[in-house]
Amino acid sequence: MTRRTHWIRRGLLGAFAAAAFGLAPASVPAQDLYGTLAKIDDAGEMVIGHRETSIPFSWIGNDGEPQGYSIDLCLRIADAVKEALGKPDLGVRFVPVTPQTRIPLLANGTIDIECGSTTNKLSRQEQVAYLPVTFITGTKLLVKTGSGVETLDDLSGKRIALAQGTTNERVIKAAIEAGGLDVDVLNVKDHAEGFLSLETDRVDAYSTDHILLLGLITRSRDPENYEVVGDFLSYDPYAIMVRRDDSAFQLLGTRVLADLFRSGEIREIYAQWFEPFPTSDDVSEPPTELLEAAWSLNALPE
Amino acid sequence: MQYNWNWGILLQDPYLGWLISGVGWTLAVASAAWVIAFTLGSVVGVARTLPNRWVRGIATAYVELFRNIPLLVQLFIWYFVVPELLPDDWGRWVKRDLPLPEYTTAVVGLGVYTASRVAEQVRSGIESISRGQSMAGYASGLTSAQLYRYVLLPVAYRLIVPPLTSEFLTIFKNSSLALTIGVLELTAQSRQITEYTFQGFEAFTAATVMYVVITLLVTAGMSLVERRARIPGFIAGGTDR
Repeated sequence: MTRRTHWIRRGLLGAFAAAAFGLAPASVPAQDLYGTLAKIDDAGEMVIGHRETSIPFSWIGNDGEPQGYSIDLCLRIADAVKEALGKPDLGVRFVPVTPQTRIPLLANGTIDIECGSTTNKLSRQEQVAYLPVTFITGTKLLVKTGSGVETLDDLSGKRIALAQGTTNERVIKAAIEAGGLDVDVLNVKDHAEGFLSLETDRVDAYSTDHILLLGLITRSRDPENYEVVGDFLSYDPYAIMVRRDDSAFQLLGTRVLADLFRSGEIREIYAQWFEPFPTSDDVSEPPTELLEAAWSLNALPE
Repeated sequence: MQYNWNWGILLQDPYLGWLISGVGWTLAVASAAWVIAFTLGSVVGVARTLPNRWVRGIATAYVELFRNIPLLVQLFIWYFVVPELLPDDWGRWVKRDLPLPEYTTAVVGLGVYTASRVAEQVRSGIESISRGQSMAGYASGLTSAQLYRYVLLPVAYRLIVPPLTSEFLTIFKNSSLALTIGVLELTAQSRQITEYTFQGFEAFTAATVMYVVITLLVTAGMSLVERRARIPGFIAGGTDR
């Protein structure tokens, strides 16, 4: 018997059974899978894209393994995928991504989900889709303590490092242009390199999301030498990124997060990574009212 | 693959301008680095064939050091580590007041790395000339300098035109690593377009095409050099003269 007739026969039998007994099948039959779920089922593994220096969302710990708030959330989603596919021993593989590679690698199927510190933006939604918001932050400046720099205006005639491909890069460049400021920009690859540039006096400031700046400070040798200054220059809601036009997988992820938000379990996961930071007992960032509101709004009922 | 193609993005303002300026920086980095690579590489390559043991040793050490460390690592060292090893004032000057610090560092880093490779080719060119020629040179009363100037180098350079062409091509491709220290050359500009438009496949296809065009032009130019510099009957037909 060919595989095809086998499928048809199974399908007919299933339809007959469902019609006869008015019962829906308990789990999704393999041939109905599509998109990311079908790909994971075929490959026998789920591939998680992670970041290397986004503390405490997604970074490489001292043991060399990716870890963090976003990673924890993605591992919950991986558990739900195992359950949905009925494959408890499904493999999970981590692939490092950067701000530049995260969208191409997701679009071309190298990774199935991106768990980092990615802002949900409408322009990005032309290429990818997002799960509900998991954190809210915005652009600030990191400077050396006592540098006298408080706002972007103070950087006139000075130099700032910006990580290529981040939303912050665009915000700062736009602000420099709008204000007609004479600020020189150094392009860096990631947060670690941006911080290194500030540490070695190559630039006077580094700018990214304020929560990541705090994370960078906790990793430095002398945290008291650095401070985060200025007002929020942007609104950056973080979300886990998935492929576009794949509502089944998106629904699965949304359901996992909504469950965590509704049950309040999200608070425990959050506290584990932010109160205090795993890299320093001195830095703690309780959830803001805005974040609490985002959790409540996305705690959709079952 | 789920992807919305949009080739028109490449011709839009400011993205077209970014690509053009990227090509400009790529050419600027690669050609300036090639000047260093060719000059320094020639000196080191000749030094490796000289009779003096100390000179040979230093030249060999140079080649082994710069040839064996990955270029990416070398650029990182030049850019981040070297200024820290200098006295404070100098380090600060390198980091802040040096004209175009990223560009200059990239040119020096790429230049001295490629020099080690050029040196090996110059050396192999010189060593491939039969000892009889040197002996004949000395016998007719030439000094070492004259021997190199009138006999060995003119032949050696002609022999190594093909491998030098490869090296020259490689320097254009290797110049893309300059983006790791903040030079906005072609690859970096493609990345930047990707980040602004999320149309990465188009941007990198454009970059690929431009690299191919640049390297084809270099190949064409070098094959002209090769034809002009060929010594009739020296390599081809060497067995039947």
